[in-house]
Amino acid sequence: MNNERILNLAIRYGFLVLLAGIVMYFSLAAEGFASPRSAVFVLQSVAITGILALGVTSTLVVDGFDLSIGSVATSSLMLSAYSMVILEYSAFVTVLLCLTMGALVGLVNGLLIVKMRVPDLLATLGMMFLLIGLQRIPTQGNSIATGMRLPDGSIAEGTFAAEFLWIGRHRFDMFIEKLFPMPVVVFLLVAVAVWLFLGFTRHGRLMYAIGSNQRAAELVGTNVSRYKVLAYMISGVLASVGGILLAARLGRGDIASGNNLLLDSVAAALIGFAVLGAARPNAFGTAIGALFVGILLQGLTMMNAPYYTQDFVKGAVLVAALVFTFYLSSRRSSAGRH
Amino acid sequence: MSQTICEVRGVEKSFGSNRVLRGIDLSMCAGEVTVLMGANGAGKSTLVKVLCGVHSADEGELVLAGNPYTPVDAADAISQGVVTVHQSIDDGVIPDLDVATNLMLDKLTAPGAGLFVNDRKLRAEARKVAEAMGLTMNVRQLVSELDVADRQMIAIARALARSPKLLILDEPTSSLSATEAERLFALIDRLRSAGVAILYISHRMSDIRRIADRIVSMRDGSISGLFDTQPLDYEGAVTSMLGHAMTDVDITPETNSAPILCLKAIKLREDSPPIDLVANDGEVIAVTGLLGSGKSQLAEVIFGLSRPIAGKMKLDGGSYQPANAKSAVSAGVFMSPKDRASNAVIPDFDIANNMTLPFLGSFSRYYKLSDRKQRRASEEMIGNIGIVCQSNRDGIGTLSGGNQQKVMIARWLLKPGRVLLLDEPFQGVDIGARRDIGRHIRATAKGRATIVFVAEIDEALEIADRIIVLNEAAIAGEHINQNIDLAKLVAEVSGPSLSPALAG
Ligand SMILES: Nc1ncnc2c1ncn2[C@@H]1O[C@H](COP(=O)(O)OP(=O)(O)OP(=O)(O)O)[C@@H](O)[C@H]1O
Ligand SMILES: [Mg+2]
Repeated sequence: MNNERILNLAIRYGFLVLLAGIVMYFSLAAEGFASPRSAVFVLQSVAITGILALGVTSTLVVDGFDLSIGSVATSSLMLSAYSMVILEYSAFVTVLLCLTMGALVGLVNGLLIVKMRVPDLLATLGMMFLLIGLQRIPTQGNSIATGMRLPDGSIAEGTFAAEFLWIGRHRFDMFIEKLFPMPVVVFLLVAVAVWLFLGFTRHGRLMYAIGSNQRAAELVGTNVSRYKVLAYMISGVLASVGGILLAARLGRGDIASGNNLLLDSVAAALIGFAVLGAARPNAFGTAIGALFVGILLQGLTMMNAPYYTQDFVKGAVLVAALVFTFYLSSRRSSAGRH
Repeated sequence: MSQTICEVRGVEKSFGSNRVLRGIDLSMCAGEVTVLMGANGAGKSTLVKVLCGVHSADEGELVLAGNPYTPVDAADAISQGVVTVHQSIDDGVIPDLDVATNLMLDKLTAPGAGLFVNDRKLRAEARKVAEAMGLTMNVRQLVSELDVADRQMIAIARALARSPKLLILDEPTSSLSATEAERLFALIDRLRSAGVAILYISHRMSDIRRIADRIVSMRDGSISGLFDTQPLDYEGAVTSMLGHAMTDVDITPETNSAPILCLKAIKLREDSPPIDLVANDGEVIAVTGLLGSGKSQLAEVIFGLSRPIAGKMKLDGGSYQPANAKSAVSAGVFMSPKDRASNAVIPDFDIANNMTLPFLGSFSRYYKLSDRKQRRASEEMIGNIGIVCQSNRDGIGTLSGGNQQKVMIARWLLKPGRVLLLDEPFQGVDIGARRDIGRHIRATAKGRATIVFVAEIDEALEIADRIIVLNEAAIAGEHINQNIDLAKLVAEVSGPSLSPALAG
């Protein structure tokens, strides 16, 4: 009886306690870790993966999976550079283009899965390769920057619009001047929106129902196809937002950036299963998961751990989180998760 | 005096603060069918799971063939000769594998099994096992494509092939029709004479009358009665499991009300005659017939899951052609499907969210779901139809089978609709609760037409104003539920014993 109580507490709060413990450890061990600047740095480093992870979360909720998010983000990065540097469109049009591209990719993913019955992993894997290839074709595999020579011999005259760069680089004053970066604001807004949508609206609830027993959800009159497509569209749009932020931070269409986006955001979403013992995809958990990885990496960096240990640490955290979630909660007599 | 195979002494088991088994003493003898009766949530399946190694008892001991018996897991129990067919059918089969592999699974896992699978040999052996059970399906078919009854028969076939000392059957007939059940009983008879001890759990009186040698009744986790003097006192057993005598149903059939749903010349199959049916306001119609008589097919047509070959439907005078479940529900036509595990239960949700799922819109304010409204509504239904649970926050998976079924029915009673279709609504529901639910359905019947699809004639008689018999996708008979000629009804259900077409 008492054991069960402890087990339940461990499942619920274990991960948060671990997080607090790590923060405390780094605060003591690494000088300058416990400062607003370093906190903001962590937030900034997780903002983009966090946004992508929230997209994956919405596909995980309907028992799907979106492998194309990383490539959607890099496509969005290249598209925004192409749009401003080569086509010389305004920031507004560029953002609109990128978002539309993300929504469209999500729509195609969703339709492939729902209408053509392609298994989700295969559909989005195919889409991933397609986009990785596609984003390189217009520039023949080169990065995009002002002043580059175009295939037809002319010189690209356009520049990244100041408004566009603002999205990625602006810092709001908070306690200290120029502290809070815009991408972090976007991340927090997206996190709250996805959290409210998945957790507190009937649409979110129906999406969880689809993830748990699709046939049963259909037989109570849920439009399963529509919700699944919606989930992939959310994922696509959020991935394109991530790409926009990346482009605005870098200020150029760098073909090599964004390599780690897919794996990092999937890791954040899966770590999210362990937060508060949810044992299911959830927005709050995903945000905390992204933060967790960010804090760990920042802490290790500040303690001068070599960069090549980072992936190992991420892997260890992921495995620990999965054990927390699946092993411990299989041992408790399961209660309803909704 | 036959020899005792298995003995249960003072077994206790709790889940959290819920004391489910409170000191059970029970013995099972060779060549005897012990029927265990008990209301939904009494703890029958929990006792079964203790016996077959899924749960371990908190207190008490088990004895098997004179030796202490402490199974560490299900495989251990089987190897010691305790074989179980679980209530939840999907525990018994692997849906993604074909029938042959499912039937032969034990051969594959047996120590000393070869590394390579000889598919041809496997299928030949599987065919033999299937034939012994009278199963006719293609052994290469995937189990996930079969319906519940076939899946259940496969689980049973596999259990019987394991040559058990103690065979436990937890509601094996809840999704079988009379003919399949009879086949099962014949096999049980054979095992009984071969000296196997059998523990049989069921809510169906017809099963119990057919095969019980003794009856043990259970109430709230304790044994409340033992009946082993012939002739068995069935009524006494029901009284002791419910704690009170069973209440009678008396039905005065509703007639002469306005029609709500009209089926005009609906053809379910290419070669079947058209069906005409009018369902009236406040009326409860029971559609009965054997498995495969077209009951579920008819329900699916009305609910928009499949299209009839020909014919039209009218709802409240207007044309009604639902394209899918969604359009049926928005027209006010609700259906509780059969086979709850595949078609109805959301395993990740608690009771309240499972129950309110179809009507989340009306439990929202603006865009936000109102948790309080959901809980209040489900709390009321829990009281109305007597769901045994700790609270509406219990995960649906922690409820007993019958109580899960009650939640699935309650789901569609939350909001008024025009037509309520209930396909095998009493699957796994105990006799007492069945009456209570029937009464609740009848009491709220005004304002809608209710059509209940049941294979058991008893269930039809308890709930309906009018009984319609289907046979081979055609209406074979129709009766107002008053002084029914039962012999005629039964004859219509089983149909002409040998149709001229077959004879010729
Ligand atoms: N895994 C579990 N966790 C928590 N409670 C459980 C669990 N399994 C069963 N229970 C509780 O134990 C009680 C008995 O359940 P059990 O399944 O044994 O009933 P039953 O007699 O088989 O009923 P039914 O006729 O409906 O199948 C119920 O109140 C149920 O809620
Ligand atoms: Mg049971």
